[in-house]
Amino acid sequence: MDAVVFFVCAAVILAGAFGVILARNPVHSALYLLTTLVGVAVLFLQLHAALVAAIQIVVYASAIVVLFLFVITLLGVDRHEQLSDPRRFQRPAAVVLGVLVAVQVIVLAGRHWTTGVAPPGHALDPPRSGNVERLARSLFTDYIWAFEITAVLLVIAVVGGVVLARRSGQRPGVAPPADASETHA
Amino acid sequence: MIGATVVTPTYYLVLATILFTIGGVGLLVRRNTLVMFMCIELMLNASNLTFVAYARALNDISGQVIVFFTLVVAAAEVAVGLAIIVAIFRRRQDVTADDVDLLKG
Repeated sequence: MDAVVFFVCAAVILAGAFGVILARNPVHSALYLLTTLVGVAVLFLQLHAALVAAIQIVVYASAIVVLFLFVITLLGVDRHEQLSDPRRFQRPAAVVLGVLVAVQVIVLAGRHWTTGVAPPGHALDPPRSGNVERLARSLFTDYIWAFEITAVLLVIAVVGGVVLARRSGQRPGVAPPADASETHA
Repeated sequence: MIGATVVTPTYYLVLATILFTIGGVGLLVRRNTLVMFMCIELMLNASNLTFVAYARALNDISGQVIVFFTLVVAAAEVAVGLAIIVAIFRRRQDVTADDVDLLKG
């Protein structure tokens, strides 16, 4: 049963990933990204990481994908990408390098003589205690400083996003001049 | 049969490697900055899958805590990155990566 769930999820994840990079329309790419994220969330459940799976659905599949779709609709960038590439050799080179990286990681990292650690080839034993409780205990004791700094990071990100997305030269409270480009943007 | 196969952590690691590779190749191949961002999300998800697989294999919860932080960083990165894309679009009316080449000599 585990194997069936794994292989179905793997097929969904890889199909979604190929859809992201092959779809011409960015909206389709975002929806393929959604299928990949949901597939990864199911695999998290399969790995007994229930809280991480829930966060994956809530933060990634909801917030981030909706943010992508929102920006796509805001900018109106549903135009199709031009097919002719100014750098002709980049695409084949990218594919070759990508396959090379994958083979390197799988072959080298899967061997004992390169890493010095035996690959985790044994079957999985059941977890010892509740997932959420252990995660919370670790997060609020061992990783408390990282957790606090996360709050600072989020504040910086929010302020940076507001500053960047604000029209430069526009004072707050003053209505922007209505020109032609604005109606299309 | 497929149902009798025992899924070891190696399966998850290989899947994560393939997912990471697809994201990396997509990042190099695509020209639309929004799709390039989605490819970065794919790569982040691949690393998350690796962390959770090792957390399960080693029975160590720290891997899942790291995934939690990765998610926060990804959310912040997407917020700032999309704001940058909006700012570029205001100036250039396009979000193709080839057009943003002012630093080229």
